[in-house]
Amino acid sequence: MRVELDEPKCVASGQCVLTAPEVFDQRDEDGIAFVTDEEPAPDSLDAVREAVAICPAAAIRLTER
Amino acid sequence: MNRIVIVGASAAGLAAAETLRRDGYAGTLTVVGDEPHAPYDRPPLSKQVLSAEWAPDRVALRAPDELDSLKLELRLGVAAAGLDTADRSVRLADGRVLTYDGLIVATGARARRLPGEGAHVLRTLDDALTLRERIGPGRRLVVVGAGFLGAEAAAVARKLGAQVTVLEPAPVPLAHAVGEEVGRVLSRAHLERGVDLRTGVTVTEVSRDGVRLADGEVVEADEVLVAVGSRPNVEWLAGSGLTVGDGVVCDEYCEAAPGVYAAGDVARWHNPLFGVGMRIEHRTNAAEQGTAAARNLLGPRTRKAFAPVPYFWSDQYGMRIQAYGYLRGAEEVRVVQGDLTEGRFVAAYRRGERLGGVLAVGVTPKALRGWRQRIAVATSWREAVG
Repeated sequence: MRVELDEPKCVASGQCVLTAPEVFDQRDEDGIAFVTDEEPAPDSLDAVREAVAICPAAAIRLTER
Repeated sequence: MNRIVIVGASAAGLAAAETLRRDGYAGTLTVVGDEPHAPYDRPPLSKQVLSAEWAPDRVALRAPDELDSLKLELRLGVAAAGLDTADRSVRLADGRVLTYDGLIVATGARARRLPGEGAHVLRTLDDALTLRERIGPGRRLVVVGAGFLGAEAAAVARKLGAQVTVLEPAPVPLAHAVGEEVGRVLSRAHLERGVDLRTGVTVTEVSRDGVRLADGEVVEADEVLVAVGSRPNVEWLAGSGLTVGDGVVCDEYCEAAPGVYAAGDVARWHNPLFGVGMRIEHRTNAAEQGTAAARNLLGPRTRKAFAPVPYFWSDQYGMRIQAYGYLRGAEEVRVVQGDLTEGRFVAAYRRGERLGGVLAVGVTPKALRGWRQRIAVATSWREAVG
């Protein structure tokens, strides 16, 4: 599974970082999120799915790969 | 549980549906939405959609294949008209009846209106697209209400070259929500961008050509936007046996009645973190509460109290405003970082003897995480502000 982030949609709420800190981080300057692990290990996927669901900008996608 | 109905196809309803599937629910899952559109996101409506930076389809919350994978029975374009909790059934406006084992009420809120006709509101995608056609260089827009929505719309309209007047009954915008000092910062932002902000004026009637004030004065406009808050969509629950006040009243698990949960703008639940009942119209809360309600419905034996730190953001005049916690009714507001006059600061809000919330302007979101954590563990005021 591959994690994709639609950066222009991100509103810098940081919800993904709180939910899946091993896969997401925020830029220091503006808080926009970025993916630190694009193909996370299976035991991180639940947290990533949770992050997809609660992202207030619907900016995260998890795709089959 | 084999038949779950979610009434409401916006952020909270979608989050609930996704959570149910993710947690292994394989039964029938019906999602009812009164708008014809597939689930879409509302915060961009007063920002990127109104400014036409985004094409309307960018607000879709999920791609079609993602929605398909949820195997929903989507009933769009039809409102729920009644609930019978004894029978465990939802009646739709088209006369159909859906029975359920579990129900999630996520019917959201609608824009409050004022007497008269011809004014815009800004709640739905259609509202945003209609208004966007009507504002542009030289057009005169009157915005009634200087809350977050009104301010965001005013900011966009100014950027598009419209002549904007904002009318607000309170002396300072948003004073009840963020305090007077921060409200004055927001005031200043309007004025600096050439918006004619008039406070202490009450609008009694709207029309196609402007608005009438309580003192009889008429403020002329090409377009009028009414942004005076919203009302929870609870009318369809009349006679259902659910307790309905300002929202559907729930316990700390978001349960309104056996097998019936509520989430999002419509839910008034007891938040144990603050020890008060609250109804939160924030985008982040919709998703978090939809998730929590779905889990509690599916696993009654492992259910958890929903005790979030509320979060909201607003973009206006190039300012990013962010807030964590429960600011309303704070007894004291103190600037703990930066300076109000510089437009870059963190303000802390006291509730009793504890830190209730923080609001920041122009501060990097990462720097706020520590504050969020302090609110989440109910840090004492004295310790938090030093």
